[in-house]
Amino acid sequence: MAPPAQSQRSQSPSQPSSKGEVSDLKLQLRQLAGSRAQGTDDSKRELFKKVISYMTIGVNVSSLFSEMVMCSATSDIVLKKMCYLYVGNYAKGNPDLALLTINFLQKDCRDEDPMIRGLALRSLCSLRVTNLVEYLVGPLGLGLKDNNSYVRTVAAIGVLKLYHISASTCIDAEFPSILKNLMLNDPEAQVVANCLSALQEIWSSEASTSEEASREREALLSKPVIYYFLNRIKEFSEWAQCVVLDLVAKYVPSDSNEIFDIMNLLEDRLQHANGAVVLATIKVFLHLTLSMNDVHQQVYERIKAPLLTLVSSGSSEQSYAVLSHLHLLVVRAPILFSSDYKHFYCQYNEPSYVKKLKLEMLTAVANESNTYEIVTELCEYAANVDVPIARESIRAVGKIALQQYDVNAIVDRLLQFLEMEKDYVTAETLVLVKDLLRKYPQWSHDCIAVVGNISSKNVQEPKAKAALIWMLGEYSQDMLDAPYILESLVDNWDDEHSAEVRLHLLTAVLKCFFRRPPETQKALGAALAAGLADFHQDVHDRALFYYRLLQYNVSVAERVVNPPKQAVSVFADTQSSEIKDRIFDEFNSLSVVYQKDLEVQTPYLTQGLKILQPSYMFTDKEHRGPFEFSEELGSLSVGAESADNVVLAQRVEASDNDLLLNISEKEESRGPSNNGSAYSAPLYDSSSISLVVSQTQSELTFPNPALPAHAPQASLAIDDLLGLGFPAALAPAPSPSSPPLKLNARAVLDPATYQRKWKQLPVSLSQECSLSPQGAAALTTPQVLLQHMQSHSIHCIASGGQPPKFFFFAQKAEEPATFFLVECIITSSSKAEIKIKADDQSTSQDFSALFQSALSKFGMS
Amino acid sequence: MISQFFVLSLRGDNIVFRDCLKFNFRFPNILLDRGEVQKGSAEIFFRKVKFWKEDEEEEAPPVFVVMLLSRSLYIVLFPFSLESTALTLETRFKIGLNQLLKCRNGTAFNQTLNLDGVNYFHVKVAGLLFVATTRVNVSPSLVLELLQRVARVIKDYLGVLNEDSLRKNFVLVYELLDEVIDFGYVQTTSTEVLKSYVFNEPIVVDAARLPPLGPASMFMQGTKRMPGTAVTKSVVANEPGGRKREEIFVDIIEKISVTFSSSGYILTSEIDGTIQMKSYLTGNPEIRLALNDDLSIGRGGRSIYDYNSSSGAGAVILDDCNFHESVHLDSFDIDRTLSLVPSDGEFPVMNYRMTQEFKPPFRINALIEEAGAFRAEVILKVRAEFSSSITANTVIVQMPLPTYTTRVSFELEPGAVGNTTDFKEANKRLEWGLKKIVGGSEHTLRAKLTFSQESHGNITKEAGPVSMTFTIPMYNASRLQVKYLQIAKKSKTYNPYRWVRYVTQANSYVARI
Repeated sequence: MAPPAQSQRSQSPSQPSSKGEVSDLKLQLRQLAGSRAQGTDDSKRELFKKVISYMTIGVNVSSLFSEMVMCSATSDIVLKKMCYLYVGNYAKGNPDLALLTINFLQKDCRDEDPMIRGLALRSLCSLRVTNLVEYLVGPLGLGLKDNNSYVRTVAAIGVLKLYHISASTCIDAEFPSILKNLMLNDPEAQVVANCLSALQEIWSSEASTSEEASREREALLSKPVIYYFLNRIKEFSEWAQCVVLDLVAKYVPSDSNEIFDIMNLLEDRLQHANGAVVLATIKVFLHLTLSMNDVHQQVYERIKAPLLTLVSSGSSEQSYAVLSHLHLLVVRAPILFSSDYKHFYCQYNEPSYVKKLKLEMLTAVANESNTYEIVTELCEYAANVDVPIARESIRAVGKIALQQYDVNAIVDRLLQFLEMEKDYVTAETLVLVKDLLRKYPQWSHDCIAVVGNISSKNVQEPKAKAALIWMLGEYSQDMLDAPYILESLVDNWDDEHSAEVRLHLLTAVLKCFFRRPPETQKALGAALAAGLADFHQDVHDRALFYYRLLQYNVSVAERVVNPPKQAVSVFADTQSSEIKDRIFDEFNSLSVVYQKDLEVQTPYLTQGLKILQPSYMFTDKEHRGPFEFSEELGSLSVGAESADNVVLAQRVEASDNDLLLNISEKEESRGPSNNGSAYSAPLYDSSSISLVVSQTQSELTFPNPALPAHAPQASLAIDDLLGLGFPAALAPAPSPSSPPLKLNARAVLDPATYQRKWKQLPVSLSQECSLSPQGAAALTTPQVLLQHMQSHSIHCIASGGQPPKFFFFAQKAEEPATFFLVECIITSSSKAEIKIKADDQSTSQDFSALFQSALSKFGMS
Repeated sequence: MISQFFVLSLRGDNIVFRDCLKFNFRFPNILLDRGEVQKGSAEIFFRKVKFWKEDEEEEAPPVFVVMLLSRSLYIVLFPFSLESTALTLETRFKIGLNQLLKCRNGTAFNQTLNLDGVNYFHVKVAGLLFVATTRVNVSPSLVLELLQRVARVIKDYLGVLNEDSLRKNFVLVYELLDEVIDFGYVQTTSTEVLKSYVFNEPIVVDAARLPPLGPASMFMQGTKRMPGTAVTKSVVANEPGGRKREEIFVDIIEKISVTFSSSGYILTSEIDGTIQMKSYLTGNPEIRLALNDDLSIGRGGRSIYDYNSSSGAGAVILDDCNFHESVHLDSFDIDRTLSLVPSDGEFPVMNYRMTQEFKPPFRINALIEEAGAFRAEVILKVRAEFSSSITANTVIVQMPLPTYTTRVSFELEPGAVGNTTDFKEANKRLEWGLKKIVGGSEHTLRAKLTFSQESHGNITKEAGPVSMTFTIPMYNASRLQVKYLQIAKKSKTYNPYRWVRYVTQANSYVARI
């Protein structure tokens, strides 16, 4: 491809003013092409340089192609290299012209000078023109047998290039087996490494269609091959060592002696100055010892020092990458790092991305013995001039408080923050104090005394204001002037821009009313009136709901709004250990830096299938309510690639975060099903619900228990935009005719597990079923069917090919371990062949019926 | 692996751009654009790095992934703190969604939805951004290390690494890149190996008119013992006269971090050192490098912050170290010598880390006193606690002042020379620069602050900490030494120049108040 067009900003002096210069160049090149005069090469060099500099800044100089090729008949290697660079860049766009170059490249492939042979071969393979592949096979074959190692290194990668231009040509020429032979015998380590890289890629992508390739891929992990690599590891360059170590990390040794042998052999790699080698080695160590608890722990001790040295020796970018891995280990085994906490102190000149990681690590390692010192250090940062870091530090103190048993001292510190009278410090602290009170209600006395002194006028940030209001409502009994503060807030209703704050205000006023009715009555009336007139749908709905509730029965209202509280034991935003494990499995990859499980590289079921639901959909299954929006979207975005789901997961994550911060409402609305929440009192007991519903059915959209009472406006708006109501999203109810088998609408299965299951399970049902004519007509793109099936709680994991082939899965609603896997091939316009595999064979009939009924409805609606 | 490699100036100009990988081999059958990372990725990258967060001044992390919704719409997915960007993400997502819905009726839909995350890696070297992109879940360390290494190879070749030298030599740089990365796989980053494949001659830029950059430049100032041209000399280019000078540089560079409590007690201290070598020797003779005999490594189970453990002898105890791959440690355990055949170019022989107690070169004393409701006085004292034969240079002392400070008047000691004082209005920071500090001397600065509002009585919480940067040539805090540098002799007359240089720099040198 051509380099990207130059941005407008750039004022490079060498930019040609017009097309004139390019044609000028053309002329000059033409003149030089035939010349054999002395010094021609020098002037050619100058011209070539000009051409390439244009190419770099994005000027299209492809019109010079034939002149460039003509000029390249030279023995000057510098000129040749420039010409190769040019040709490689433009050949794809000019296949006809590329043919011109074949001749001289082929000739160069037989040059005496191994340098030229290698360069020519590399350029030949980089032409990327499909109809020229026939010219590649010969030179590549010779290149692999060349007696010069440079040519062989180039040829090994050349095979991979050929594979990507035309896989069949590559396989037919039996290049993989030649590569394998080279890999196991070549004296030159770089050749071996390139063969390994090429073979790994070729066999992984062939494995899905060819038994042999998948066997070969397995064979790479066999003991003799692994030992062969390990014995030669010191011959490899540091980068090739990383490739080898990556392979070794996948090897499963047969016994513990083997494990120790490998670790002894690799131990000195931990002292390598290249961080990539060290991390790759650590991955091997960690994976080998996973099942040996005590040794695993020793490995942690052993790798600690090298990691810390890497953190402090490289550039800040490098230390960030290493620190991310250290972070993962610290979070996994905080106890092992609890005495190293001083290493995680922030230095004032570190970039904020490093500081943030360090703050998280400090939070993780805090325990009884070091909390005092860590919190003291964090308090220093809280006064820092770097405001974002100061905020993070305060949050870190809060997190430590939430995970400690003895919070006495920390609470004092937090309260001291409030006395600092810096807006952002106060804001962050209020949010924390609120969370703290939810977990440790016994501290309310001390906290409230301090919080009561804060004037709500000094708190502007919505989250902090919401927290303050929540406390006013919750502890209105202990705060003398709570009703009056709330009243003044209600008076300024119109000035309050954040819907979140207004929602909290409504609830707080109502809570306050139940405790101190005479003082609050006026404020309540004003709040309800303002709420009903509010333009924000959620605020309006809540006001109306409270109003009706009060009208119906005050004591029921009190039970709903002001139930007895239970302390929160675990907050919903803690990352599940399963995810952490998965990230750990992907040690030394981007997953660690992003702190997201990203692995999508698992070889696919069949070549040509698109992965629709990579594993990062995981976040979904842990949540209900707030995510309908995302789920809805997932099924809607036609043609969404895997990446789409990342977006969704991210959205989910964001809501996740909300969970911690917007407290009571969600928990109230989530109802009894949520056993981890603070308010376990049954909120909407059936009687009151039915009554309210019947009363208001006609005009009130009653907040469904499964839906957050104040789902962000955005999501509602989007839902409306899409013209889809909630009901479909909330309960993809099995159609009345379907059998009693219930499927989980939000089933999640990652491709690797799917593949494993598919291999393991026997086919329990295999039959042909019909497709309605409308359905067949509607099947213009696979996505349409996928959406349809998803609305029946049957999810697609991959699809593609001709005839269209789909892999579906579904999960039993009440048994999360029970999956159904389906392979469905649309054989003709009205027929489909399905194969069903099930974890629970007994229900596969029922599932089949469900699946077929779903399929038959396709296109009907 | 690596899809693209490019170098941008800090203004965002494309200086070098190379597409290393022309296929997307992970998703062979996606028919859209065969996985080439989107064109214009350099621009997207730059916009993102420059404006990581709209409202806050925060540096972009060196690794992030950008998801394209269309050519003009993209969102950054990871990593970011959810807290502060959740909203912007949502709004951005909404925009993207609306865009999609509009496209839904048109044919453009499928093309627009080419959602694919492009991972961007970048390092900043000498005022340039070295960037790599990939779509594969690679090892981040590998890519960042590679970028750093590519920068170093280019520097070895060009002598000086900056925008100017890159622009003059871009063809050479392309040639280097072609040999370093083939089809996304790293081949070699050794200057020595590359020398036999790379044929362009570097065009050397004039080093004299360059602003000093990076740690190497510190040798160019102040001391006459060091030949200033050496560090900016290309490894391959011949000197005028066609003869190469046989010489080798061994630099012991230490970065020290110290945090003093408000009472002057040392809270944390660390030395991060590296022995850097740059060889211009021909014929690759073997070199032996002897370190202190009493050097020991590791602290055998004791807490590394247990200061008592070092109180015995005056031994140098390193917490940990690592070595360049060319180093042989055969006799290291016996006599603390490293042997190696130095390859061409610059490389770290050894990196080490030490938390053993050491004497900090400077003591900082900071006092802030209220002087009435709208005034306060800051007294800063810096004492150099090293031998008077050594001079520290380019010393800068900084201190953030309360945000409501409006005016500062400075008062230096009588007779002070080479001092500069400044109040940076924009970030409310006091800056005190001292050209030189001779060992054993003490310097004081008084600053009178004027406030726009009444202070709350806790000014100490509003100001500080005091931080300090400095460079001290011929001084090293760890006492690690190169006892001798032995070069295997080729002939009796062969006697190359050997330069062993020490330098200590402040990394994070902070005193709380």
